[in-house]
Amino acid sequence: MSGDAKSQSEFVLSEVRPLNSDPVDVVIAAGKIREICAPGTGAARNPIAQVIPGAGQVLLPGLVDLHTHLREPGREDAETVHTGSQAAALGGFTAVHAMANTDPVMDTAGVAIQVWRLGREAGYVDVRPVGAVTVGLEGQRMAELGAMADSAARVRVFSDDGKCVSDPVRMRRALEYVKVFDGVIAQHAQEPRLTEGAQMNEGVISARLGLKGWPSVAEEAIIARDILLAELVDSRLHICHVSTAGSVDIIRRAKQRGIKVTAEVTPHHLLLTDDLAVGYDPVYKVNPPLRTAADVVAVREGLADGTIDIVATDHAPHASEDKDCEWDYAAFGMLGLPTALSVVAQSMVTTQALDWAGVADRLSTSPARIGQVQDQGQPLAVGEPANLAVVDPDQTWVVNAADFPGPSHNSPYNGMKLPAKVTATFFRGRATVIDGELQW
Amino acid sequence: MNEGLPESADPRPEELGPVVMDADDLARALTRISHEILEQARGATDLVILGIPTRGALLAQRIADRLRQAEGVEVPVGSLDITMYRDDLRLHPARALGHTAIPAGGIDGKKVILVDDVLYSGRTVRAALDAINDVGRPQSVRLAVLVDRGHRELPIRADHVGKNLPTNKGESVRLRMSELDGVDEIVLRREVV
Amino acid sequence: MKHLLNTNDIGRDEAVLILDTASEMANLTDRSVKKLPALRGRTVVNLFFEDSTRTRISFEAAAKRLSADVISFSAKGSSVSKGETLKDTALTLEAMGADAVVIRHSASGAPYRLATSGWIEGSVINAGDGGHQHPTQALLDAYTMRRHLRANTGDLSGLKVMLVGDVLHSRVARSNVALLHTLGAEVTLVSPPTLLPVGVEQWPARVAYSLDEDLEAQDVVMMLRVQRERMNEAYFPSAREYSRRYGLDSERMARLPKDSLVMHPGPMNRGLEIGDMVADSDRSVIVEQVANGVTV
Repeated sequence: MSGDAKSQSEFVLSEVRPLNSDPVDVVIAAGKIREICAPGTGAARNPIAQVIPGAGQVLLPGLVDLHTHLREPGREDAETVHTGSQAAALGGFTAVHAMANTDPVMDTAGVAIQVWRLGREAGYVDVRPVGAVTVGLEGQRMAELGAMADSAARVRVFSDDGKCVSDPVRMRRALEYVKVFDGVIAQHAQEPRLTEGAQMNEGVISARLGLKGWPSVAEEAIIARDILLAELVDSRLHICHVSTAGSVDIIRRAKQRGIKVTAEVTPHHLLLTDDLAVGYDPVYKVNPPLRTAADVVAVREGLADGTIDIVATDHAPHASEDKDCEWDYAAFGMLGLPTALSVVAQSMVTTQALDWAGVADRLSTSPARIGQVQDQGQPLAVGEPANLAVVDPDQTWVVNAADFPGPSHNSPYNGMKLPAKVTATFFRGRATVIDGELQW
Repeated sequence: MNEGLPESADPRPEELGPVVMDADDLARALTRISHEILEQARGATDLVILGIPTRGALLAQRIADRLRQAEGVEVPVGSLDITMYRDDLRLHPARALGHTAIPAGGIDGKKVILVDDVLYSGRTVRAALDAINDVGRPQSVRLAVLVDRGHRELPIRADHVGKNLPTNKGESVRLRMSELDGVDEIVLRREVV
Repeated sequence: MKHLLNTNDIGRDEAVLILDTASEMANLTDRSVKKLPALRGRTVVNLFFEDSTRTRISFEAAAKRLSADVISFSAKGSSVSKGETLKDTALTLEAMGADAVVIRHSASGAPYRLATSGWIEGSVINAGDGGHQHPTQALLDAYTMRRHLRANTGDLSGLKVMLVGDVLHSRVARSNVALLHTLGAEVTLVSPPTLLPVGVEQWPARVAYSLDEDLEAQDVVMMLRVQRERMNEAYFPSAREYSRRYGLDSERMARLPKDSLVMHPGPMNRGLEIGDMVADSDRSVIVEQVANGVTV
């Protein structure tokens, strides 16, 4: 019953638990969920379909990442749209948002369409380009946001990620401008003057290691300012990779006041802390930096109570020469796509801060809503697009970054034992991953 | 004391084996060695006594005391640490250096008497000869040891020996001195394997 | 002890052993043959990614006195100061069979990377890394203090040491605080708040903002180098104000106990942080010792 998975179009997921509810059989056909029926009955009713034994595993809507670096064009030696899409599929994702800090920068419709098309050709996930807010990410002239929005790539999220739109006037203008097409500005909140040469979280560890500190206030000050700007112009603001307790507090109060702000946290900020830097291994160098245990507690609470809307990976592949060096000279960033769900399971599900319905909301429904991704993050219901992920919550696995697709291996979880394994992923009704293996 | 091993803390008395030289034997042997030195060197002129720390240096002092009593002259006495000259330096963890004190007159043209407690493989003496070579050029070097226990691994012999003590390699010969151990004696101990 | 990377890792016994050894090695200077065969046939590489003639010469002399073959490599300059080169250089050294590498680097943790990344097998001695540590400097400082102030016992317990100046950027301060604490000394850090690192309150040292508070009680006052460009980054208003508040002038000098030491890790900014100092003449000896203590 095997056949070419790429062309195979009918599947029965037998005895899977949608959002961890009672087991059912889910029939996929013609790119959609055709039928949801009693466990064990799907195969008989759909004899030509390939049966994927679910054995009580959890069925989630396909995950949607609002924050991915695919490196193409420019740094194909670190990642391509193709390999990044594969990593996403392995992690249970069916859509990713490709950040704008490519070379050339994704500040024109041309580059955005190129990346979008590469994503279509790869065919593992929806690749949604994120447009740059300013030309060349230089924080000066506004990029042609409207052209990108109107292009085939339908860009709705704009970000200078990696750099902060630090000029308050330009930030205000950008927030106002994207209202035309209901876009959102995703801000990388980092006050540049407070973080010149910064290497890691400013605190006891940075003082001991003699590494230049990245103070929490540099993030919180920008978030506070941007929230006030968003309120002023009544526009949508999204905060990238919230990392500090103070930031969570500020966003929580803004939401209470009804300001249109959303926020994301990365898997690594849910699990890892700044003391990992003591070995000077740049695999732990990331921006914003790993923070303290108290910050980890705060972002978990924020994600649990909805202050932080979503988890976004900030998947940042780097070629080995950019990581296998002195800490000061190493690039910021770590891989996130293949491990994201497991890290969330470890930090949120095993701690009972979130149930699987909550995970589906934070990793699929809400990011799809914020990014305005059609056909993604939809309910697990008959007639909906078959963008699905099957997760074995009881399977633990040891991360081996060398096994990941793509040339980069900068995973901070390498060698770590994590719970919950993505066993199958379906993108528009086609199986991209079965038994934890890419299908082509 | 086994060559090549750092000096261990003084073992508990019950661990000590039979006494092969007591305080009187020890004193007599040192006196005899002192007289042999004088006889061979035809007096105390140009003599320099150098002991290898820790116990060799103490023995050197005792020999110098006896020479003074016998001849009425002050023989220069010093100590010579050989740690950095050992051929097994890399095989052992870092250890404290012993003290090296060369008498003010130096050793150039002098008749150096090198003093150690136990002569065993000969490697310590080999190292000491190298060390002496770096300090100066004596007219001659003679070797005085309290115990020669055999098992030489290098072509080295002692000129003055307190006692020849046949041993097997499983045993250790340990000199205890009143300055350090409260008693003068040499004990033979079977190493616990 | 295979590597010497920072002073936090040095236990009290180890530190005392190193300092004792240094005392013995000091006698070597008086001998006609100023050489010991301890490292004969071994290769020591001095890898300096940051200029420091004095430190480099000290390490060279030290290794040579211990009969090692010394290769000195100055890698300062834009083309070789990138990370890739540290790895490549390390692999080259490994191919050459370097038994020990003395490294000075402007990036904190570079010696740690060299020692733990698996690039080389040999011992690594940190000769100063960025704003992190400078353990051999701390050892020589402790040696100097012992020689002058505790010549009899060699015990630094209870010694009152004041470190004054730019603690934030000072690897010397980090190394000294840890080592002196291990050796039982009481350390006070004196600095304007702008030049103290976040989290300094967790260091094993007292912190004060005023140099005039407790000067009379100090056995040692160590002035830390303050770079004039810090002024432009608003760490302090002007050189004049800094030297008025944190400089050791002759008036403050006079308030120190008679037998106290004034130290400076060099290079000095005369007129900014210091007017006078006690020379650290034992430098080369202590460094020799360090090479020995690590490699043996």
